Formats: sequence, C-alpha cells, structure tokens
Amino acid sequence: MSRTKLTAGLLATTMLVGTAASAQDVTLTIESWRNDDLTLWQDVIIPAFEAEHPGISVQFTPSAPAEYNAVLNSKLDAGSAGDLITCRPFDASLALYEAGHLTDLSDLDAMANFSDVAQSAWQTDDGSATFCMPMASVIHGFIYNADAFAELGLEEPTTVDEFFAVLDAIEEDGNYIPMAMGTADQWEAATMGYNNIGPNYWRGEEGRLALIAGEQSLTDPEWVGPLEQLARWGDYLGRGYEAQTYPDSQNLFTLGRAAIYPAGSWEITGFNAQADFAMGAFAPPVPNAGDECYISDHTDIAIGLNAASSNADAARTFLNWVGSAEFAEIYANALPGFFPLSNAEVTLEDPLAQEMISWRAECNSSIRSTYQILSRGTPNLENETWNASAQVIRGAEAPADAAARLQEGLASWYEPQQ
Amino acid sequence: MNKARRNPFNLAAAHGILIVYTIIALFPVFVILINSFKERRSIFREPLALPHSESFSTVGYETVFNQGDFFLYFQNSLIVTVASLFFVLLFGAMAAFALAEYKFKGNTLMGLYLALGIMIPIRIGTVAILEMMVSTGLVNTLWALILVYTAQGLPLAVFILSEFMRQVSDDLKNAGRIDGLSEYTIFFRLVLPLVRPAMATVAVFNMIPIWNDLWFPLILAPAEETKTLTLGSQVFIGQFVTDWNAVLSALSMAILPVMVLYVIFSRQLIRGITSGAVK
Amino acid sequence: MRQSRIKWHIIVFLAPAVLVYTAIMIVPLFNTLRLSLFTEVDQERVYVGLENFRTLFGDPRWSESFWNALGNNFWFFFIHMLVQNPIGILLAALLSNPRLRFSALYRTAIFVPTILSFVIVGFAWKLILSPIWGIAPEMLDAVGLGFLYQPWLGLEETSLTTLALISVWQFVGIPMMLIYAALLSIPDEILEAGECDGITGMSAFWKIKLPLILPSIGIISILTFVGNFNAFDLIYAAQGALAGPNFATDILGTFMYRTFFGFQLQLGDPHMGSAIASAMFVIILIGVCFYLFAIQSRMRRYQF
Repeated sequence: MSRTKLTAGLLATTMLVGTAASAQDVTLTIESWRNDDLTLWQDVIIPAFEAEHPGISVQFTPSAPAEYNAVLNSKLDAGSAGDLITCRPFDASLALYEAGHLTDLSDLDAMANFSDVAQSAWQTDDGSATFCMPMASVIHGFIYNADAFAELGLEEPTTVDEFFAVLDAIEEDGNYIPMAMGTADQWEAATMGYNNIGPNYWRGEEGRLALIAGEQSLTDPEWVGPLEQLARWGDYLGRGYEAQTYPDSQNLFTLGRAAIYPAGSWEITGFNAQADFAMGAFAPPVPNAGDECYISDHTDIAIGLNAASSNADAARTFLNWVGSAEFAEIYANALPGFFPLSNAEVTLEDPLAQEMISWRAECNSSIRSTYQILSRGTPNLENETWNASAQVIRGAEAPADAAARLQEGLASWYEPQQ
Repeated sequence: MNKARRNPFNLAAAHGILIVYTIIALFPVFVILINSFKERRSIFREPLALPHSESFSTVGYETVFNQGDFFLYFQNSLIVTVASLFFVLLFGAMAAFALAEYKFKGNTLMGLYLALGIMIPIRIGTVAILEMMVSTGLVNTLWALILVYTAQGLPLAVFILSEFMRQVSDDLKNAGRIDGLSEYTIFFRLVLPLVRPAMATVAVFNMIPIWNDLWFPLILAPAEETKTLTLGSQVFIGQFVTDWNAVLSALSMAILPVMVLYVIFSRQLIRGITSGAVK
Repeated sequence: MRQSRIKWHIIVFLAPAVLVYTAIMIVPLFNTLRLSLFTEVDQERVYVGLENFRTLFGDPRWSESFWNALGNNFWFFFIHMLVQNPIGILLAALLSNPRLRFSALYRTAIFVPTILSFVIVGFAWKLILSPIWGIAPEMLDAVGLGFLYQPWLGLEETSLTTLALISVWQFVGIPMMLIYAALLSIPDEILEAGECDGITGMSAFWKIKLPLILPSIGIISILTFVGNFNAFDLIYAAQGALAGPNFATDILGTFMYRTFFGFQLQLGDPHMGSAIASAMFVIILIGVCFYLFAIQSRMRRYQF
C-alpha cells in the first residue's frame, strides 16, 4: 500500500516537473470502435497531426466494435478511459454527456465549420451544447456490378418499377443472384433495407420530424410503404438468405455472384480492394417517376473529450484540428465512403464515393428515422425495426402487421404518439 | 480377466464409434486450418478445397505478425493462464479439503457460499471490479487478470474437488493421523496426490475460458504490453470489414499452446491414477 | 479432531479462497445485484423496492421476453442433457477400456473443440452450415439427401436446436473428461470381484460402474445446468445480441446482457439488467440447492 503511494507520489512529481519544464510530451489516447481504421490512423492521420504539433503524441486504441459501448461505459464509470472518446450519434453520446463524462465543446473554434444539421447528432435536445466534434456521415444507396449490368444490357433504375424490372431481368438470366442481402444479422434488413429506401416514402426530414412530433404514425402509408417494398425483396435474394450473414452478403457481391448490393457508403473501401469488376452506384429509386428524391445521409461518427482527462488542453488542440478542413480532406480520401460533415470544400478522388456524395446535390438529405429521440424508451424502436424488417422480408409477418406492432411499441412509451 | 473385456468385436465397435466421433469433432477444425492457408477469395469460393498452388497463401499469418507483437501476446496469455490455474488449484483444493474433511458449523452453508459465484455472470460486476483495480493501481497489469480469473475459477474448483475429496478413504487419513502427521501434511502428502485426476480436470475446465476470454483483457488490461492473444486477434474483426485470413491464422495458432497444456494435464490425470502409490 | 478449541487449520485451509473470492467476486456481484432495487431518475439513483421486478414480470413487454428466454433456455438445457451428457458418458466408457489403443489420441482429438474460442466456433459452423458457400448443402447432395438442406440457423423453428447442438459439439469434452476421470478411479479389485460373480461387459457397466460414477454424473448435470443458464457467448457470436431470427435463440444470458449493457441505440439499463440477473440467480440457486440438498446428500458415496 505504502509502496503504491510512494510510486504514485514519485510519478506525480515527475509529471509536475515535466509540465513545468516544458508544456510538452503529452500522450492522448483515443477510444474508438473503428478497428477497421487502425492502420489509417497509425500511418496517415496521427503522423499528419504530430508533424504540426510537436509535443503532443496520439495513440489510437480501438476496442472490439460490438463491445465498444459496454466497454467504454465501464471504463468511464471507473475512470480508466482514454482522453478522447469516439462518439456514436444521438442518445448513446447524449447519455455520456448528461452523466458528466463528456465535455461541452461548443466553444471550440472549429465548431463553426459545421452546420446545425451536422451538429444535431451530438447536441443536447435544446441545442445549447455540442459535446462531440462531428467527423463523418454515411450515405445509403445501391452498389451494383457494372460488368453484369453491361452484360445483361441493364441500366440504373430510377423508379421502384424500373428497379423490380431490373431485378426480374437478372433473375431471368440466372447467372447472378439479383440482390445480396441476408436476414440472419437483422440490421442489414433495417439499415440497408428499410432506412435505405424509406426516405423516398416518408419524404426525408419532413416525415421524420412529423413522426417525432406525433403528427404522423408508423401505420400511415408513408411508413408502411417501405415495408411493403421490402416484402417483395425476399424473392430476389439468394437461396437460404435467412441464414445469410452480413459478411456473407459482402462476399457474395465482391466475388461477383450477386449483381446488386443494398449498401452503405462505408463499403466502398472494402469493395474497391476486393471486387475485380467495375462498380457503379444508384440512389434509392423513387416510388413514381418524377418524384423528388431523398437519401439517407446519416451522421455517424464524431469525437469528444473525456471530462476526466488530465490533458484537456492538448485534447482541445487535437479536436480543433479534427474540425479543420485539412483533417476533412485527409479523412475523406483515406476512407472513401465516410463523408466529411464540415462545410469545407473537399475533393474526393474515389469515383464511387464521388458518385454517392453527388446525390447530396440532386436529392434531399435526411438521417435515419429511428435514431433521434424515438429509440429512447423500451421497446427500442431501432431494435424493433431490425426485427420487423427481417420478419417482413422473410414473409413471416405482413407489412401492415409489422407496422402496427412498431406503432404500438412506440406509442407505449412515447407521449406524442399516444 | 474375462472374455467380454477381450472381445475383439467390441473393441472394433469401440474404435468405430470413436473414429466417427473424432471426425465430427475435427472436421470444423480442419475447415478452419485449411482455410487459414488460403487467400480470401478461395476461402469462400471453395471452402472445402485444400490449399493448392493458386489458392495457397500465408497472408493471414503475415498480417498477424506485422500487426502487433504476437509473441508478447502469447507470453501474456500463457503467464495469465498458468498463474491463474496455479492459484485456482492451490486455493481451491485447500478450501475443498476443509469442506470435505471437517465437520464444522456452517459447512454446507460455506459450500453454498463458495458456489454462489458460478450462478451470476461475473461480467455484471465489471464496473466494481474495474474501480477496485483502478484504486489499487493494478489496471493494465497481468495481476488484475490473474486475480479476477482466480476468483472466477474458485467456485467450480471447490465444487468439483470437494466432491472428489469426499471419496478419498478415511482409513488412509486416519492412519496418517495415528502416525502423528499434521493436517497440512495429510492434505499435501496424502490427499492431493489422490485427487490428481480431479485437479487435472479442474485445470482443463478453467484454462479454456481464461485463455479465450476477451472481456476482461479488454477492460482491465488493454495496454499494448499486457494484451492477451485473444485481445490481440480482435483488431482484425472490424466494424464492417473482418480480415478472416488474419483471424483464422491468429486463432489457429492460439489453439496450439492450449493443446499443449491440455496434453500435459491429461498426462497428469493418467499418472495420478496409475501411479498406484496410494492404492 | 474432537477438541473444542478453534481449529486453526480449517481457517488456514479456507482463508485464501474465501478472501480472494469474496473481495473480487461476491462484493462486486452483490453490489451490482443491489441495483435491481433502484432506478435512475434525472441522473439520481432512487430506491424503488421491488418495482423493477414488478415491471419484469408484470409488464407484458418485459415478461414476454423473459418467459421466451426462459423457455428457450430450458430447451437449450434439455438438448444438452439429452445429447451432450449421454455422448460424453459413452465416449468416456469406451476410452476407459484399458485395452483400447490410441486412447490418448482419441481423447485429445475429441477435446479439441472445447479449446476453441467462440469466435472461431461461430465462424466455422456458420461457414459449414451456410447456404451460400456450400459445405453442408453439397455434402448432403453427395449422399442424395440434398432436399433435406435448410438454412437451419436462419429459421425460427430450427435455429435454437442447431445452436444447442453446436454447443454440445463444443463442450462434449467436458463430461467426457469428468466421467473418464471417475471411471479410471474405480479400483480394479471391484471390477474383478464383479467378474468373479459373472458380471461382465455391458452389465458390468450398468451394474457396477454406473452406480459408482453417479456422483460424477450428478456433478455434470448440475454443471450443465449452471453453464446453460449462464450461457451467452455462443449465441452472441453466432446470432448477435438480438438473438435472431425473431428472438428464437434468445436465452436468459443474451436477454440480460442486452438489457444490462445496452445494444446499439438501446442504452444499457443496469437496474433492469440486475433485476434479470437476480432472477437468473434465483433460478440457478434453486437448481443448485435442489442438487445439494435433495440429490447429493442422498447419493450413496463409495470410498475407495
């Protein structure tokens, strides 16, 4: 015991002497779920920052993605978490802020580079405090095997009818599975299915906000529509799609066995590395020709400051840098498919990423309908939507029944819907 | 000796059943091993094919060795596993002996108390455990893991060992007492060698969850110097992209040391029984 | 032994285990279970008595999940008792034959699955059973049974049983080891005495060995019970925390974990989570007490 104290005392003295001698040699640790980006941070992002800020070194220490929230919360509660915290959007981070684990960052200069919409995922409900520096969003759409389309003489569909005509044509040809998706992991069905095609039905932000306000309900045609379309998808998926997992879907597509992949833009990096055919992307088809189009351009990832960090100054320096145009440029090009949220002009070199980001100009952007406020209670609307989307695709539940179940669950705790 | 025990037909049938079951047991392992030597496309194109000149690749193993210090991770896993097992067996056997041998007030209650730990998933106590490790400065040391795994292993060890110790002959122990041996000598010299098979079983039982655990290394000792093998392999399982080559390679390699430990313990199991010194 | 003064050796024998175990397991665990009597209102912890349990068993949204998970858990346990333990005993009985050659080899091979991590078990079986990469469908085709193939892990009717069988595959080594150890410790004299009375072969197993290893079978049963009702990792690795399809594979462990630590947008709720953990604890405690007081104490024990 006394030895621990002595060591601690010695350590503290050394640190004090260290800070007194020069305000340098601070090491910042970043908590993240992005195992996928480890080499990118180590080789590109951190060296770029450290070159400009001698004296601050940064360590990127991702943990297992599936365990991230649980691990992070435990570490924050016990006080052993890193200085910088990668933020999930909406309630998960809001809860951390309310529990006093994250610091208000509204006063950081770089925050001015982000629009209100970009900040909304990491703000208190009244918008008075922003507690994470936005990093990136992801866009939904469909990535397709361009070689297969050329071989079959198919064109990018723009309406739902054209979309099913394309699927029918691929099915008839028989060489490709029309669409690569499975229901085993459930979230594919909800994220790449429901929230991908949904905004065209509920008119993006308009419907999303009306649902939150209680002016629309999940049993309205705008909200049952996407489920009805999903119910038709089952016929175009591969044999045994009920047991097909997310990595299975990725592999089916990149090995050239499936023609269309309902996607999130985050797939681009992996697909570029793995597919040996040309790829293209089309935005979710609209229900009727001439309809305005809506896309899901979802605020996905940000970074905040651990309130218990002893290196707050250095961490703020780093966060300001994350908000800069320089970071946006590096990040967006190193990780095509994670699109910058800042107002800075960024040129993307990857054609597929360029295609998807160009939809921002043609269509109206929205975020996933279930994320803000509506997944605060029990039953959790997002988790219920996973289940419902998978059920509907498998034909185990009729779209109207699934919608009624979702509505009933939401109304059970969400006042504006009662 | 009798005919039935020598019956060649029975023996053949036994071999038949065991061979079939061995195939069932090893087939998935075989699938993992062959695929760890193939490049990604071939894993999914023909998962059952042996690696051949076109599909052979050690890219997974190369990734593993380039990303992080896997020898250090091996070493950490080994230290944690062996040290935890040592304490589990020592403390567990002592407590089991006390419960099995002596009639004292609250014996059954103590037995029940020591078994409570297996009835609640230890994960839910994580925050309290982590707080304790933070306040004692044990975070990011192997001791944090060893302590947790020792505590976690004790209930099962006591449970199994006390059952086996009840079967040890009283005559033997009483003979020892008449010879003036102390209770400690009786325990270490007479009883422990007799329950060796059970000790080996407990060791095998405990080493697997310790070796394969991801949760506590992730929370208590995530630092580079204290990473265990399971935690080290985790970097290849991403949010969206999983490097199956690397995962398969890292985890295939991780089987080996546990296999060696298992063989050592199962030897012990046989030797304990056939040594005959105490029968 | 019969002196009335404090028996120091008992304390010495018990102390290390009790201290480590109490400090690192019991205190944190019961501190957490205590949370089930509280709830959180505006960042403040408020005592609510048994309110959380009333929600868990009274609110149909919670109670349906709970009973579903409990029912699934019993099925999971049932399959283990029905498949894992008999196979384990059979294998141990075969292996314990002193004349059997390569016994060590078989034993090691059969134990290999038990050593594997859940990640790799999940991956291997999903790959083998996958409808896409063709191992199971093609193997069935090869023996003319292709029509039997179903995407078992993805169907509500079959997924739980499939996972239970995968778990059996993984853990059969454990009953095998325990029974093997028990069979080996039966003294030859007893068996030889039986042979003199004409009890040999199968009947020797049923009449002599089986009664002698009953305590070990008891241990295995209770360990299987405890293990199954705490099980979590395999389902989590294979089906995710939502235990699809449509919660068909949800067991108490996954339900508790999802509630306690949260999942995706669902925030962790340590209070309801501890309530579920307490319920699990009570179920397991009842099982263990039943074993300790009703079975173990009545079991005839043979001392060698």
